[in-house]
Amino acid sequence: MRSVLRTPRTLRDPLLRDVLALASAAAVVGLSYGAISVAAGISPVRTIAMSLFVFAGGAQFLAAGVVGAGGSAVAAVVGGLLLNARHVPFGLAIGDTVGRGPIARAVGSHVMTDEAVAFSLARPDPVTRRRAYVLAGAALFISWNIATAIGVVAGGVMGDPERYGVDAAFPAGMFALLLPALREGDAARVALGGALLALLAAPFLPAGMPVLVALGALLLAAARK
Amino acid sequence: MTWVAIAALALGTYAMRLAGPLLRSRVTVPAAVERYLSLAAVALLAALVATAALLKGAEFAGWARPAGVLVGAVLAWRKLPFVVVVMAAAATTALLRLLGVP
Repeated sequence: MRSVLRTPRTLRDPLLRDVLALASAAAVVGLSYGAISVAAGISPVRTIAMSLFVFAGGAQFLAAGVVGAGGSAVAAVVGGLLLNARHVPFGLAIGDTVGRGPIARAVGSHVMTDEAVAFSLARPDPVTRRRAYVLAGAALFISWNIATAIGVVAGGVMGDPERYGVDAAFPAGMFALLLPALREGDAARVALGGALLALLAAPFLPAGMPVLVALGALLLAAARK
Repeated sequence: MTWVAIAALALGTYAMRLAGPLLRSRVTVPAAVERYLSLAAVALLAALVATAALLKGAEFAGWARPAGVLVGAVLAWRKLPFVVVVMAAAATTALLRLLGVP
């Protein structure tokens, strides 16, 4: 028996479906970013430029917050760079996945996000890993930028994204992506240690640093037998 | 944000994103080091999950968000589809907020 409602071809690809789920959540946040940034006094063109060229939600919201509160642009830049420093160890971990040729590497690096890293890390085989990275990176870049532009024009039509619970969607999705990696050897121990270290450090360090402190959990990794 | 500030943030961020892949393309990393690099990414992602689930800035985010993340985490543990995990987490948190839970 054939179903009348055929699933669209794209939704039958599990990876694409998963990527689109996260990209939709990112779009809701992007809409709100566009509105908040303009409300903070950052011009529409500059807000769109931030999403295109910085392309890092945390740092962009931080910049809007700092500028909106009358803070200096230097503080926004320093704070944003601190938040984004985690991309260095991320890039070291998945360097080969980002792209092998110079152009692929240059473009691939720009779309590096926590989500794209998590999507690729969940897949051990190099080919599917690369596909996961490219799809997640591209989908998030496109949805984030289109949503920012709409948010800039439409303002806060969607209201606070927290109303839709998207702030819970991201950590839950990341946990789901991280799970397969945790089943290998001492990864679970390192993950738990890293999570605890970051939470303990959070009250004392500026945004971005607690996550880097989590690297201390590598000491929990057993030496190679 | 001045254009100079936007450029500084964009270029600095891009440099940090490019650093890892560029280095990995020049240096052959021994398997033992490769393992530690992967574990570093695991530690970072776990830290992101924990802080994003529990904190708003340096303060506790309230119960609605961690409750939603917990629901999603349990579903992920039970190997339900990713889309279900993400939507259940968001729906739980949204519902709790609708009921007045912070």
